[in-house]
Amino acid sequence: MPVNYYIFVALALFSIGVVGVLTRRNAIIVFMCIEIMLNAVNLLLVAFSKMHAAVYAAAAPATVTGTGIDGQLFVFFIMVVAAAEVSVGLAIIVMMYRNIHSVDINFLNRLKH
Amino acid sequence: MSKIVALVPLLPLLGFLINGLLRKQLSKTAAGIIGSGTVLGAFIISVLLFIDVRNGKTGVVEFFPFISFDTVKIPFAFLVDQLTAIYLLIITGVGFLIHVYSTAYMHDEEAPHFARYFAYLNLFVFSMLLLVLGANYVIMFIGWEGVGLCSYLLIGYWFKNPQYNNAAKKAFVMNRIGDLGFLLAVFWLLAKLSTVTYGEVFSADAIKALSQTDITIITLLFFVAATGKSAQIPLYTWLPDAMAGPTPVSALIHAATMVTAGIYLVARTNILFSMAETTQHVIAWIGVATALLAATIAVKQNDIKKVLAYSTVSQLGYMFLALGMGAYTAAVFHVMTHAFFKALLFLGSGSVIHAMGGEQDIRKMGGLAKHMKITYFTFLIGCLAIAGVPMFSGFFSKDAILLSAYEHNKIIWGIALLVAALTTFYMFRLLFLTFKGSFRGTEEQQHHLHESPRAMTIPLIILGVLSIVGGYISVPEVFVAGGDKLGQFLAPIIPLHTHAVSHMEEYALMGGTTLLVAIVIVFAWNKYKTYKEETNGAFGNLLENKWYVDELYNTIIVKPINWLAGFIENVLERSGIDAIVNGVGRAVQYSSRQLRLLQSGQVGSYVLLMIAGMVLLFVLQFFLKK
Repeated sequence: MPVNYYIFVALALFSIGVVGVLTRRNAIIVFMCIEIMLNAVNLLLVAFSKMHAAVYAAAAPATVTGTGIDGQLFVFFIMVVAAAEVSVGLAIIVMMYRNIHSVDINFLNRLKH
Repeated sequence: MSKIVALVPLLPLLGFLINGLLRKQLSKTAAGIIGSGTVLGAFIISVLLFIDVRNGKTGVVEFFPFISFDTVKIPFAFLVDQLTAIYLLIITGVGFLIHVYSTAYMHDEEAPHFARYFAYLNLFVFSMLLLVLGANYVIMFIGWEGVGLCSYLLIGYWFKNPQYNNAAKKAFVMNRIGDLGFLLAVFWLLAKLSTVTYGEVFSADAIKALSQTDITIITLLFFVAATGKSAQIPLYTWLPDAMAGPTPVSALIHAATMVTAGIYLVARTNILFSMAETTQHVIAWIGVATALLAATIAVKQNDIKKVLAYSTVSQLGYMFLALGMGAYTAAVFHVMTHAFFKALLFLGSGSVIHAMGGEQDIRKMGGLAKHMKITYFTFLIGCLAIAGVPMFSGFFSKDAILLSAYEHNKIIWGIALLVAALTTFYMFRLLFLTFKGSFRGTEEQQHHLHESPRAMTIPLIILGVLSIVGGYISVPEVFVAGGDKLGQFLAPIIPLHTHAVSHMEEYALMGGTTLLVAIVIVFAWNKYKTYKEETNGAFGNLLENKWYVDELYNTIIVKPINWLAGFIENVLERSGIDAIVNGVGRAVQYSSRQLRLLQSGQVGSYVLLMIAGMVLLFVLQFFLKK
């Protein structure tokens, strides 16, 4: 399957994420949109990794050492980091809800002062 | 020539340091003794040097290299020769007498100010000695600036009076204008000859290397310097104002020594001046014009010191007239006799002012002769000497100048003769108004009238004697063959001048001058033996207001400069430079106020900007790579 399809899907996912972050005010949805962007990137990593492995294998088989697995490793890292991030982020959102009884990010403008 | 010559200026410098640094601790007596004693020491050494020089021991004493760069070497060196020796004697001799006189004259001052006065006076003597001792123009320039500074300090000695301060500033600024000429001349010499040492500048090789234009320009520049220091047209107006200083200062600086520095400069450079005919003409005409102008002003002045000040300007004009005629010896001779009788007259006027309790207006004096006999008698000698009455010193020196004028230019001679008559007139007007007739001051002043203390009268007497005998060092050849001792003494520096006038003519000239002087004295006696209120005609007013020269200078120089300064201050600075500086500040403040709006605290807008930035970077990257 050509890599283009993956790229378009990733692009669509990323754009959805960006638009979501920019337009929504609900902290949890913004959060989810960020996750979508991360996953768009993950998808690209895996796709390119696989593609490169295939291209190299076709051009010079002797130099190929792996089977395009390093991109997947990165993806695992990102997943782990994202999980950690989610736990921190959700905790912040919970604290926020407890304090101001809302998860609207527009209330969080105290950094200005 | 031994290094002992260094002591001559060093002693007054020492006096200056002691009096200046310890002025709060020293008593008046101590300050007076230190001030006068150091100058006396310098005088004694000067006499020894003079004897050496008479025995033919002249020469350069080098102390250390002062400035050296490239091929130019300017050593700190003193030159002791005939001209220097004479000036040394005048400066330290008259200087000492005036120091002694000052101890009495300034006695009412508080101790620290008294010591300050003597410190300035000693510094002046030091600078003046440096001026005449220097073996090159740079050392001379140090002294030249030094005397200008001391003149400024002493004119403004009573610094609480703003008018006196203004007079001091005026003197300094005027002098600085002249000093520029000196500097330019020195630079010109350096550029052309790479040396400023007298011996090398005047050597035949050096003179060959100078074109006629060079010589004319250098001498003219030196003359500009001389007009500043020696109060000639157009820079003479500071000298009458300089009378704001204490009277002994007027006697020492503004009559006997500093103002004759210009004559010293020209006489020292006589080899170059003799080769520049244009400059000679300029000097002669400016000299005679100054002499006439100042003499006419002096006729109508009523301040005793102002009369003497204009008389000094006039006599300096006489000296420059002589220099312009190439009669350098006559000029130096007149410097010497003038130092005696003008110092005498100034000190005499100081004695009068002292007795009158500070009054300087001669219309309020009169009849002082019977109260202060010594002052009167010495003042009379001074008047006779300056008028050029035979047997007094002024006769010989003025006669020498008139004779050389007669020889070279009859018109200048005629004007000089007129000036001699005017000089006699205003001096005897001064004498009669001050000492004869009846007293016109207040009761209190009349009660207070007294002869001055001995510290003041003894210098008067000594100067009186010198004013008589001082002339006999240069008796005209017609009286005594070989009588021109001064001319012979100065011959190594200034070539002997022989007159081409027959003896009969010379006798006739002297007789004529003497007759003229006698007539003027009688005329003055008839006019002023009893005092009458004078009413001025239009011309009299013009003279009393000094030909409005000060007003003219104010209008054409001071006011435009003030206007220009005001323009620069109000327009260029306020709306030019200030506007730029303030504008930068205001622009920064404005833009920061606008930029601050970006920090809204809305997370959404931050993110939006962040993404916009990222997209921009991508786009740039994408397009610029191509």
